[in-house]
Amino acid sequence: MDVQLLNIAFYALAIVAMGSALGVVFGRSPIASLLSMVTSLASVAGIYVLLEAHFLAAIQVMVYAGAIMVLFLFVIMLLNLGHDYRSDLRGWFHGLLALVVSGGIGGVLVERFLAVREVGLQIAGPGAAELDRAIAEKGVIGVIADPLYTTWVVPFEITGILLLVAIIGALVLAKRTVEAPR
Amino acid sequence: MNAILALSAVLFVLGTLGVLIRRNAIIIFLCIELQLNAVNLALVAFSRVWGIDGQVFVFFVMTVAAAEAAVGLAIIISIFRHYETVDVGSFNLLKW
Repeated sequence: MDVQLLNIAFYALAIVAMGSALGVVFGRSPIASLLSMVTSLASVAGIYVLLEAHFLAAIQVMVYAGAIMVLFLFVIMLLNLGHDYRSDLRGWFHGLLALVVSGGIGGVLVERFLAVREVGLQIAGPGAAELDRAIAEKGVIGVIADPLYTTWVVPFEITGILLLVAIIGALVLAKRTVEAPR
Repeated sequence: MNAILALSAVLFVLGTLGVLIRRNAIIIFLCIELQLNAVNLALVAFSRVWGIDGQVFVFFVMTVAAAEAAVGLAIIISIFRHYETVDVGSFNLLKW
């Protein structure tokens, strides 16, 4: 694909991702926020495809936009919050404080990214060409499965334990019925 | 590359803003997911330069996000049973 087309696709996806992220933050009902979130996740998955991370794009759509968001939807519907249109934004003082804090974090991020741009790319690793060659050799899944099951096999197994603990914890927390301490 | 990092920064800042200004606990969780997603985007962008390990890390971040969402939503359901609201302003048991 030529570079022009890739750029147009990237900027279109980026605008959708940012717009729907705004929708998540300022959406009126929880359902509207959730659907904006799904749109945002899907467009980030599109950007993953442009970055040649096909496997992660598929996982992003199936696990993130599919499973996790449906879990959120279940909880919203279970608690019957779907038609709660009252604004739950905090007051203007708190909003101003939040704006300052997140602006500060954004400033730090931009400053760091500019630093990476200046010095980081000189100590660059294998680079995009090497990655493309590996993808052509092992396939889009093989290229990520190979380090996952060799170099990173211990973290991978620990992840399994983490999921088990999370399942048990979620069940115990959601099942417990204690009277409200009013 | 720079545009992708800029997008990642914008998404992270929007997520932070959402966590700080909303009162609905479920939306706060959604905004945390938005932040994790922004970090994932930066990791994938860097993995174009520094090799495939960044993508493996994104895989782990997604797993942690799934576990966090499951436990967090269970806590929200449990809290809703006590107070019949998901407004974080009304959970004042640990406040002084």
